[in-house]
Amino acid sequence: MTHIVVDPVTRIEGHLRIEAEVDGGVVKDAWSSSTMFRGIEIILQGRDPRDAWAFTQRICGVCTTVHAIASIRAVEDAIGAVPPPNARVLRNLIMAAQCVQDHVIHFYHLHALDWVDVVSALSADPAATATLAQSLSDWPESSPTYFAGVKARLKAFVDRGQLGPFGNAYWGHPAYRLPPEANLMAVAHYLAALEWQRDFIKLHAVLGGKNPHLQSFLVGGMATPVDPSSPAALNIHTIAVLQKLIAGARAFVSKVYIPDLLAVASFYKDWAGIGAGVGNYLVYGEYPLTDGANAPRYLPGGVIRGRDLSKVEPFAPEKITEQVTHSWYDYSGGDAAALHPSVGETRPHYTGPKPPYERLDTNAKYSWLKSPRYDGAPMEVGPLARMLVAYASGHAQVKGLVDGALAKLGVGPEALFSTLGRVAARGLETQLLVDKLGDWVDELAGNMDKGDLRIHDSDRWDPSSWPKDCAGAGFHEAPRGALGHWVHVKGGKIAGYQCVVPSTWNAGPRDGQQQPGPYEAALLGTPVADPEQPLEVLRTVHSFDPCMACGVHVVDPKGRELARVQVR
Amino acid sequence: MRAGADDAFRRELTARGVTRRDFMGFCSGVAALLALPRSAVGQIADALATKPKPVLVWLEFQDCCGNSESFLRASKPTAADVILDLLSVDYHETIMAAAGHQAEAALEKAITDHKGQYIVVVEGSIPTGADGAYCTIGGKSALQIARTVCRDALAVISAGTCAAFGGLPAASPNPTGALSVGDAVPGIRTLINLPACPVNAENLTAVIAYFITFGKWPATDRLNRPLFAYGKTIHDNCERRAHFDAGQYVEQFGDAGHRIGYCLYKMGCKGPVTSQNCPNIRWNEGTNWPIGCGHPCIGCAEPAFWDKMTPFYAHLTGVPGFGTAADIDKIGLYATAGVAAAMTTHGLVQLGRKAYDKRKAAAAKPPEAKPTESKAVAAKAADEPADKPTAGGAS
Repeated sequence: MTHIVVDPVTRIEGHLRIEAEVDGGVVKDAWSSSTMFRGIEIILQGRDPRDAWAFTQRICGVCTTVHAIASIRAVEDAIGAVPPPNARVLRNLIMAAQCVQDHVIHFYHLHALDWVDVVSALSADPAATATLAQSLSDWPESSPTYFAGVKARLKAFVDRGQLGPFGNAYWGHPAYRLPPEANLMAVAHYLAALEWQRDFIKLHAVLGGKNPHLQSFLVGGMATPVDPSSPAALNIHTIAVLQKLIAGARAFVSKVYIPDLLAVASFYKDWAGIGAGVGNYLVYGEYPLTDGANAPRYLPGGVIRGRDLSKVEPFAPEKITEQVTHSWYDYSGGDAAALHPSVGETRPHYTGPKPPYERLDTNAKYSWLKSPRYDGAPMEVGPLARMLVAYASGHAQVKGLVDGALAKLGVGPEALFSTLGRVAARGLETQLLVDKLGDWVDELAGNMDKGDLRIHDSDRWDPSSWPKDCAGAGFHEAPRGALGHWVHVKGGKIAGYQCVVPSTWNAGPRDGQQQPGPYEAALLGTPVADPEQPLEVLRTVHSFDPCMACGVHVVDPKGRELARVQVR
Repeated sequence: MRAGADDAFRRELTARGVTRRDFMGFCSGVAALLALPRSAVGQIADALATKPKPVLVWLEFQDCCGNSESFLRASKPTAADVILDLLSVDYHETIMAAAGHQAEAALEKAITDHKGQYIVVVEGSIPTGADGAYCTIGGKSALQIARTVCRDALAVISAGTCAAFGGLPAASPNPTGALSVGDAVPGIRTLINLPACPVNAENLTAVIAYFITFGKWPATDRLNRPLFAYGKTIHDNCERRAHFDAGQYVEQFGDAGHRIGYCLYKMGCKGPVTSQNCPNIRWNEGTNWPIGCGHPCIGCAEPAFWDKMTPFYAHLTGVPGFGTAADIDKIGLYATAGVAAAMTTHGLVQLGRKAYDKRKAAAAKPPEAKPTESKAVAAKAADEPADKPTAGGAS
């Protein structure tokens, strides 16, 4: 039995540590620990709830829109503000664009190097690479000259002897299986995607002033004025700019990302049998198509249990609880309790080893993440959960995309419950959303045409218009999965705030019943050829797209936790 | 550029698919951003072409990764240019291929082999509570890592407000005892603070290009901020400044004034007290900026802005320069008409503005004029100065 520690897990957002027991070349047990804590919800206490989105937005600069969206929805729910149709459409555009850009970056810049051997690309034949690329799609940048140029740049880089971010990695590891030409193609697209993401995200700058950390969110609507004939508002010119950016994104996703994804997947089909995890999937639903609380969502909410695609349960918010048995917090009623977020309490209490340390005591508390559970069960959230719930709900477009991909790879739907399934679902969701974005631009243009220029519910802006004591919840499907914020507003100020975040669902530790969280469960049975180079562990962990800064949170409506924090 | 170096470099650029025009365009852009003379363009190009690649390590502590993401949006030069051609980025958790102890070994090697010569970029604040357990990497606390790595660095660049000033984790009541890099690691040889939430990538890459070109760092102010980026306030260069001076304000989000780009001062804009070059360079390759999209500035580049600039939608008090000299005189007359005795400076400005707005509205009715005075937010701001004192660290 070998005990391995991967810390830092790189190519993720935030600080994650994985410890695992490996025996006979297979992971027998695994523990996921988050090692950073900021206490943002404590900081929110007593502040103006209209400011909260800017605070929570800074939970994460990668998924830089998600906590702002969940926050304004929670406050709107509490105070009764109703965003007008233009605000809904603008939010849909911003959210879906975030998902598209985030997923592409994840595939190429955070995950690809687990499957692609950069050094092997140096022995590729550019002409053969061009032939390969042209057989996959009609993307224009696929000539032998283009690939020769990329190879030359890579060679010049390597020859200077300073490998920078590519240094000291697992190149040559036996688990790398792509031929040199596929590796060169992927390296070329790694660079192309770096350029592409910078260009596409201008959509966020148009609608939000800047990215990261867009600044056009408002409780009750959006701050971006809409007026077809004003140069200081979203106007007819903006509509054209948005459509152009979206057309470019559609081309990149359908001609580069998806073909690359399927090509890489075809060499790693065994990973469709690895990394399944807990097999329960939770989705809140997203992209409201009409206005009002019960509006239909483009991606439906629901719950799938035990990998049973024949049944989708409706999502019931009251079934969410959090436990702290293995988390560095105390509960006043004892650590065995499972509390709903609306009555959640957290008192940070670090009991782990004093840094610097070598090992965590995984029998005790070992993470800054709590253990969220739905009806007592651990749940996987994210693109795979969304695609499964939509697929099982009979969503026509999702069914078409999923069945098409499965047919191309020659595998059945059971292959989705895996590390490779997560990677594939993320790509298919990207295609689904990039195809949908244009519809919302059309809807915005249609509203302009009708003369509906409303962007904000001003009737509920003034705190004197709010109930003295109110509470609300805001739900959102972030790129990494189901996100919920709960807020309690008293006398116009925040009296309690809580976030239950996708990476908390996925990366959380064991609960009181010793049920492992989704990362921990997914790592069981993962092959490890060389415990010194646990590349395979990274593949499964990265397939979830960890976002640790998001995952860690703490709240106490009474502010009691401060007494327990030992600050020097 | 020297002829030999020029030829060799031109060949290398061509091999990479970069034309000489593209490259010189980039160098001109850097020179313009730094307010350098035209003659500096050649010097920048020469330096980028011929000098060995400096080593850079990028540390993330109590961060959100927003500054790394911002860096990926850099255009002049791009992140790929920096990573592949200008610098050797030997450690950056978000992009590096190696993980675990191989990653730690890469950091160790970089700071040992290049002791005193490497550049550090830090993103995120550094917690001091709970013996450092609020942020550990590889089992070591952020404080232990920062002290080891930053002390032997040629220079440390604090990217973003968290690293520069403590930022969000240090906001009241600072639950984790978070500190800025400068406060957590005394004795840093050269410290450059690049606040903003997140850092504007063009400012970060300009600082790096300046160093590569001149072998020294740009001039800074008393808060270690480069003057080229932080020498003026947002208000100084705001595209809506004329509306401020003319007393044309947004009164409600979505009103007629909002749609035609009136001043956001009354909606809580913190541009008058925020030093940053947003209006000049804007964001995402000049596409837009927060005020350009209709939202007030939240003052994100200022120390303690989470405490001093909130509530974000309450407007500032006592901003000088409002109206014209003639109006100020009239305000004075108005004040002496009976209410002067109890009037604070703020009250004076408020009252003056009201009178001014009335005259303004009468003189030139804005389309669909919808004057809504005495909003509760404004009233609250009058009671509660926005500049409330910063809360101290946690007890």
